[in-house]
Amino acid sequence: MDYCPHTSEDIKQMQAAIGIASIDELFADIPQQFRLKQMLDIPDALSEQETIAVMSGIASKNKLPQFTLTGAGAYHHFIPAVVGHIVGRAEFYTAYTPYQAEISQGILQAIYEYQTMIAHLTGTEIANASMYDGASAMAEAAVLCAKMSNRTKIIVARSVHPEYRQVVNTYSWANGYKVVEIPYAPSGQIDLNALQVELDDQVAAVLVQSPNFFGVIEDIAPVADAAHKKGALLVAGFTDGTSLGILKPAGEVGADFVVGEGQSFGNPLNYGGPYLGVFAAKEKFMRRIPGRLVGATVDKNGKRGFVLTLQTREQHIRREKATSNICSNEALCALAAGVYLAALGKNLKRLAELNIYKTQFLKNKLLGLTGWEEVFHSPVYNEFVLRCPDAKKVNKKLKKEGIIGGYELQKDYPELKNTLLFCATEMVSKEDIDRVIEIIK
Amino acid sequence: MELIFEISRPGRSAADIPANDVPAVNIEAAIGSKYLRDDLDLPEVAEVDLVRHYTNLSRRNFGVDLGFYPLGSCTMKYNPKVNENVAALPGFTGLHPYVDTESAQGNLQLIYEMQKYLCGIFGMAEFTLQPAAGAHGELTGVMMIKKYFEKKGQKRRIVLIPDAAHGTNPASSALCGFEIVELRSNREGGVDIEHLHSLMTEDVAALMLTNPNTLGLFERNIEKVAAIVHSKGGLLYGDGANANAFMGETRPGDLGFDVIQLNLHKTFSTPHGGGGPGSGPVGVGKALVDFLPVPRIVKSSDKYDWSEKFPDTIGRIRSFYGNFNVIVKAYTYIRSLGAEGLKRATEMAVLNANYIKEKLKPYFDLPYDRICMHECVFSGNRQVAQSGVHTSDIAKKLIDYGYHPPTIYFPLIVHEAIMIEPTETESKETLDTFCEAMIAIAKEAKENPEGVKCAPVTTPVSRLDEVLAARKPDVCWKKS
Repeated sequence: MDYCPHTSEDIKQMQAAIGIASIDELFADIPQQFRLKQMLDIPDALSEQETIAVMSGIASKNKLPQFTLTGAGAYHHFIPAVVGHIVGRAEFYTAYTPYQAEISQGILQAIYEYQTMIAHLTGTEIANASMYDGASAMAEAAVLCAKMSNRTKIIVARSVHPEYRQVVNTYSWANGYKVVEIPYAPSGQIDLNALQVELDDQVAAVLVQSPNFFGVIEDIAPVADAAHKKGALLVAGFTDGTSLGILKPAGEVGADFVVGEGQSFGNPLNYGGPYLGVFAAKEKFMRRIPGRLVGATVDKNGKRGFVLTLQTREQHIRREKATSNICSNEALCALAAGVYLAALGKNLKRLAELNIYKTQFLKNKLLGLTGWEEVFHSPVYNEFVLRCPDAKKVNKKLKKEGIIGGYELQKDYPELKNTLLFCATEMVSKEDIDRVIEIIK
Repeated sequence: MELIFEISRPGRSAADIPANDVPAVNIEAAIGSKYLRDDLDLPEVAEVDLVRHYTNLSRRNFGVDLGFYPLGSCTMKYNPKVNENVAALPGFTGLHPYVDTESAQGNLQLIYEMQKYLCGIFGMAEFTLQPAAGAHGELTGVMMIKKYFEKKGQKRRIVLIPDAAHGTNPASSALCGFEIVELRSNREGGVDIEHLHSLMTEDVAALMLTNPNTLGLFERNIEKVAAIVHSKGGLLYGDGANANAFMGETRPGDLGFDVIQLNLHKTFSTPHGGGGPGSGPVGVGKALVDFLPVPRIVKSSDKYDWSEKFPDTIGRIRSFYGNFNVIVKAYTYIRSLGAEGLKRATEMAVLNANYIKEKLKPYFDLPYDRICMHECVFSGNRQVAQSGVHTSDIAKKLIDYGYHPPTIYFPLIVHEAIMIEPTETESKETLDTFCEAMIAIAKEAKENPEGVKCAPVTTPVSRLDEVLAARKPDVCWKKS
């Protein structure tokens, strides 16, 4: 199936209109020696029915778990049916970036509403139309802080998601900035004393995450204070977005930027993407932030409407002086997030509470097992770290039963031997947890 | 239309929460009150109101499924429905990224084969599918170039970028600390070879070239261009935003490109989603393979796995493995079309663009009158001179005819540019009626310019005050 509607009669007439005798003439500008002489090495075309059979075959080689106890930056939450129905509307998903505002009011207004919800949730004043994912949102925030301050040092807490730290390293290297990692205290939070030592007048930004990669809630206020005293900005991330339904947002306690992964808001796990980079900031940074921004305005009759605004920040106008090179965002994922948040409304708090209940239950049950102990004695949202006699063995047993166990932290934190990072969302039932305990026992 | 916040009423909700089946805990005691938020001010709407709100919004949005969308350089081809269905299979949507690779062999096979197909189509040694969008792919490509010279112990400061290039090219290079030097186009719309000669020194890391360029023209001197760049040890970077013009006809790797990024949401039919998610794979020649981002997929016997053991990698450029679900759709597209279908897609895309070019040539200025590839670029200069009707007016008038306007005012080297990319999925009748509309607009611009300048009149809002939007930015709604 090639989706081209051309009949041979069409082609004949079109060739005549152009004044060519064969399609081949259209490619005359390609030097002969570079014209492909043979067909591409790709399997033969498939009918729709065959396509579905082939693709279903590939999908079936994946083993879907019964449930998962791993979060670690990607979270399994229930997605209300309305979300799929709305993002499945072709008026939304077959559109390009809304350059022509008059025929793009739908996505523009939806993004404006999304920006408003995100700014409120993160406790900031503004939010952009989204970034690629949580990791690149954090990296872009770090780069922006350095650019604005002409400083070259980025401080990142070791309790930030390991992959986020790696992305920050990559972006910083490309820009010629130095990244310094701050260890975590026994509490699992950033080590404030170590932070004080590293904070000097070359530090552009301090990067933390709350809840952090260990699930631990960071005390943002003193970190922000310390950063601000040295003229650095505070970039605060988060892991699971649903935590914002109950936790005090970083924007309320001093963060200049709040960035994170918005996948939890109505987007499936999708083996890691597409996800949603949340990027929110204090209003004073509005003219410097990367990414698209939708703004409200009026038409010539005074009627409210929405446009992409402050585009002079962007690459297609500013070229090499742009604040970022980003053009596509994750609009459809942001739409899903907007629908999800509007659907839940205040129930987002109840959902967050439910996540806490399940998490505490799982944690207490696991702690009842011989040889299991808590690693960080700090408040957590829906993830926590436990040490156990043999982490690999635990996961192996669970896998056998079709359950994804905890995330093995030793990969990224060699000092955390035999520790597992567990996550319990509303998708895990009491029965599931009881079964887990039975299997591990 | 009202905002979702304006239809909110306390006490409503469109999503309920399951009953708690485990013991409740005291949240204040468990978390600590200083960590708890005071208010949660999200919209409160009933499900029916929520659905009507967003459905009504969707009716104020124009997509490919509603009509012709000839947005140049954006390749707004039809997005096959089967791709959507397949990508929605639970086997593809349901896996956690940290599931053990043994449980994700289907996904890994798909990624691996997709890389191989792209290597074949583009003539490159290796591909990464990690970048989330074309611009992200560009950034990745330029990072690899930076690393390549770092590894060689060379400090090259400059990246050459043609005056016709996409704005992302200079922005991506600047993000990697390069200085941008602009390369002129010649009278044919190609690279000015003399200028390239004079600029190409051992201080130049790369030339970023779009081929076909943003005028829709194939670089006839590509062999010379590549030779000049390579003769000074530089690398040739390809911006593959315009790849719909050469699949099955020629391969960038054979033309001398060392690295190329492409957009699955353009050439490979994945929907653009109103501004993403996209996907921007990057292909490299042998010289750059070691610098690809991690993780990379490795195959031993019949097992696939992820590996990070590549010491010269630029590192990680995002979390996890790329916009996987977008890749599923593009993979499905390639399998549906097969080699012959891809070639035919390119041929029909180029045929369509040339057909429009010939039909509109008498009515609009055509700055570069030669066979074009997948898109053609006109200028609205004649209309401006005749009656003060600008390209933006013509674009807005097209909306009243039921079309999405072409890309306008780009490339920057064409005054009042009108950049039309019809793609292969449009029929002759669609092109004919579009051309009739363009011709009628050209006529009206001459005879009744005000009729064009007041467009659009059929949309829910008329032209919006962008100056006000930028001067007094209102990007978040506040309760009045």
